Amino acid sequence: MKYEAVIGLEVHAQLNTQTKLFCRCKNEYGQEANSATCPVCLGLPGALPKINQFAIEQAIKAGLALNCNIQLNSVFSRKNYFYPDLPKGYQISQFDKPLCLGGQVDIEVNEEAVGVVLERIHMEEDAGKLLHGDSSENKGGSLVDLNRAGVPLIEIVTTPCMNSAEQASTYLKKLRNILRYIDVCDGNMEEGSLRCDANVSIRPVGSQTLGTKVEVKNMNSFKHVQKAIEYEIERQSLALDNNEEIHQETRLWNPEKGISITMRSKEESNDYRYFPEPDLKALDIEQTWIEEIKENLAELPDAKKQRYIDDYGLPSYDAGVLTSDKDVAAFFEHALNALSVSEKNAKNLSNFVMAEVLRLCKELSVSINDLKFNAQDLAQLLKYVADGTINGKIAKDIVDTMAETGEKPQAIIESKGLKQLSDPKDIQPIIEQIIQNNPKQVEQYKSGKDKLFGFFVGQTMKETKGKANPGMVNQLLKDALK
Amino acid sequence: MINELNTLSIKKIQQAYAKKEFSATELTQAYLDKIKQENPNYNAFLQTQESQALEKAKFVDQQLKDNADSLPPMAGIPIAIKDNILQKDEICSAASQFLKSYKAQYSAHVIEKLQDNHAIILGRTNMDEFAMGSANKNSAFGPVKNPINPDHVPGGSSGGSACAVAANQSCVALGTDTGGSVRQPASFCGITALKPTYGRISRYGVIAFASSLDQVGPMGKTVEDVAYTYEAIAGYDQRDSKSLNHTVKKASDKLEKQDSLKDKVIGYSSAFFNHGVSDEVKDNFLQSLKHFESLGAHVQDIDLAHLHYGVSCYYVIAPAEASANLARYDGIRYTQRSDDSSSIANLISSSRSEFFGDEVCRRILLGTFVLSSGFYDAYYLKALKVRNLIQQDFIEAFKKVDYIATPTSPTTAFKLNQQNNDPLQKYLADMYTVPASIAGLPAISLPNGRSDNNLPFGIQLIGSYYTEDDLLTTAHVLEKAIGFHQQG
Ligand SMILES: [Zn+2]
Repeated sequence: MKYEAVIGLEVHAQLNTQTKLFCRCKNEYGQEANSATCPVCLGLPGALPKINQFAIEQAIKAGLALNCNIQLNSVFSRKNYFYPDLPKGYQISQFDKPLCLGGQVDIEVNEEAVGVVLERIHMEEDAGKLLHGDSSENKGGSLVDLNRAGVPLIEIVTTPCMNSAEQASTYLKKLRNILRYIDVCDGNMEEGSLRCDANVSIRPVGSQTLGTKVEVKNMNSFKHVQKAIEYEIERQSLALDNNEEIHQETRLWNPEKGISITMRSKEESNDYRYFPEPDLKALDIEQTWIEEIKENLAELPDAKKQRYIDDYGLPSYDAGVLTSDKDVAAFFEHALNALSVSEKNAKNLSNFVMAEVLRLCKELSVSINDLKFNAQDLAQLLKYVADGTINGKIAKDIVDTMAETGEKPQAIIESKGLKQLSDPKDIQPIIEQIIQNNPKQVEQYKSGKDKLFGFFVGQTMKETKGKANPGMVNQLLKDALK
Repeated sequence: MINELNTLSIKKIQQAYAKKEFSATELTQAYLDKIKQENPNYNAFLQTQESQALEKAKFVDQQLKDNADSLPPMAGIPIAIKDNILQKDEICSAASQFLKSYKAQYSAHVIEKLQDNHAIILGRTNMDEFAMGSANKNSAFGPVKNPINPDHVPGGSSGGSACAVAANQSCVALGTDTGGSVRQPASFCGITALKPTYGRISRYGVIAFASSLDQVGPMGKTVEDVAYTYEAIAGYDQRDSKSLNHTVKKASDKLEKQDSLKDKVIGYSSAFFNHGVSDEVKDNFLQSLKHFESLGAHVQDIDLAHLHYGVSCYYVIAPAEASANLARYDGIRYTQRSDDSSSIANLISSSRSEFFGDEVCRRILLGTFVLSSGFYDAYYLKALKVRNLIQQDFIEAFKKVDYIATPTSPTTAFKLNQQNNDPLQKYLADMYTVPASIAGLPAISLPNGRSDNNLPFGIQLIGSYYTEDDLLTTAHVLEKAIGFHQQG
């Protein structure tokens, strides 16, 4: 039978804040275990939560950027369950009255526009981390690190509105991009700043009723999300084809084996016994505060893309690539701003960034901010192209060296003697020598074999180690071969 | 002389300090000696903090020499602290096996305030485990006895603090009150205790029982002593989100200025006497209504229709919150862990079964039940609605009256060995104290004479929000009158 998948995602995003959600401990990755803790986030007897206003602001920002309705009155609740990394035995989370309701993220998959509809965004605190295993430090037991306990999170929950793994991973990328744009979350999936669970069900094509939902947890990269969903759709389809029942359960994705395994079934599912957190007042938010946050909200990816098209005359494709990552867009704009009006050629810059800079990022597997050169260096390099100091081909070689050594373009040009030869007096003798050395080709060219022109250009460039001004070479060759 | 030291009021102590009749060190030593001598009989203290107390006394003595004028009223006043209030580096056990050697990492807000005021902390007082109980029989470290008659209970859960004050083992004490836990033992032991408006005193550093109800409450021999202690610890604390940012009006300096209840309207409800109240308590209370009138007050029977749901409402909300508040005692951290560590689930459940007492287990189970899906709406949500109705009843009532009077407890202190295997019956002992807790209102209990077998009666006055100063002033008028009445 032909099946259709129905997918909803629950994404936990760690908020960019200085301190935790309910105490003044540092919210910072990679500190010594249990060093960023206090009575409040350790859940010591007598400690009380105190809300971090900036975390609320960050969550509101996210809500506004994702087109949600910000609720003026929302409530924190206790979500009760036992786990060794949950210090209080409950997590402070939002339940029936979350901060944001609704919302939508527009994506495009295979040239089809899809509106991913959100159900809600709620705030909660993170739990700690367990370190299991046999390392000498653990002595075979398990250790608890509570640095992460109390770190502010938002959980962004979509409706079951996606139909393919590709849509899901495209949505996730777009979501990450938006959150990074507004500086709400650094989006680092390896460090756990962005975590994704997927609810996957399938149904016969044409059916309107939802199939049995399976939740897949523990996916920490876009690739895993896509693969896990594909696997789950396949697994469920096979099961239905074999007349097997699909159980409502929670499964864990194992990226090494490329399979999901049962974590817990519905029968053993938790009863979290939510109730309003009596240590906190309900969250009352002023409309004026929301307006203020809205006014100061950074430009979002879609708006930026449109601006690149409208203001810089970039093709939609270029604008899309450049704005699909906050740092790439910032790099592009910094480089563009460093160029003077006469040097400004957005399309040139866009080409160079897409072809060379992003290639280098990929080759070196670093983010654009971690390259050894910055946007100003790149702008300088393109200035040298514009003023004829070097030609475009040499520029590509220079940017490789810049990425390798971090040297400035000028230093590389000087040390390697890469200045472009633009004076006919320097090029003319070389051309004459080439014509003299290749009488056969000259004869063939003159008798109509126009393609050979490229041969002479190549020879000239080879002789000048690529430094000759290509336009000049063309002109001089044409004259010489008349 | 030395025998009298332990009976002096705060004001008398300060006057004596000023006249150098005795030193803070002498006073502290007198109290410590008294505790040492009598604790085997009453079991009010779990631990004394002798060296710290004497050190603080020495400091106060030095201050008395150097700048006596700038000392706050609580300077050099010995105080006992209930064992669910954290003092940095001291054990804080909440009278539970679970925390029997747990040392606090930090001090409660009220302890910081007492230290700023140079009060002298004598030690930790016994209590019902995690403040659950009204007889102080639920302590993991043995029951406390009533100093008026050691065959009887002192009340609970702040039974140790009440006993310490009543037996002159401490000048004043701090307890905590969730559903009547300072007022009822004060009534049983013949002393005075105030439960302030919810949020008046920071809960920071107080081991939580039921967060939306818990309040620290000062206990003393007189209204004036209670007022001084209250004023030292009340006020806004940004670490407690429910802390009130609302001026604390002083009562201590105006107590003496009022001696009638002229123009005051005192409400009571005759419906209070429908169930479970002993005849002697009822008679005692009705007599005090006459007292009010003789002092110039107008007494009015008022309708508080939902008050009799108070106990049911309380025994849904408090255990629900407790079930979450006590979840952190899981055997993973703190001091006690079961040997059964075959799985995480076993480790946690065995630790909790082994180290929580019966009453605590009962309330956790009750709380877990009322919050579980399928029962939440029927119990917890309904209790919240009832809570709201009770609050509304009070708000309406306080449009007509200044105070509402009730007996503090439906009986006098019951016998220590009295078998009562019906926990529901026991819970009714809180019927008068619970409504003010549910509504978050301030309430005070003060001694109201003795029964035929010489056990104290208590009377409770409930005030409107934030009116602790008026409540204390009125209680003071009444205290003087009752004192006069008793002599006669
Ligand atoms: Zn902390």
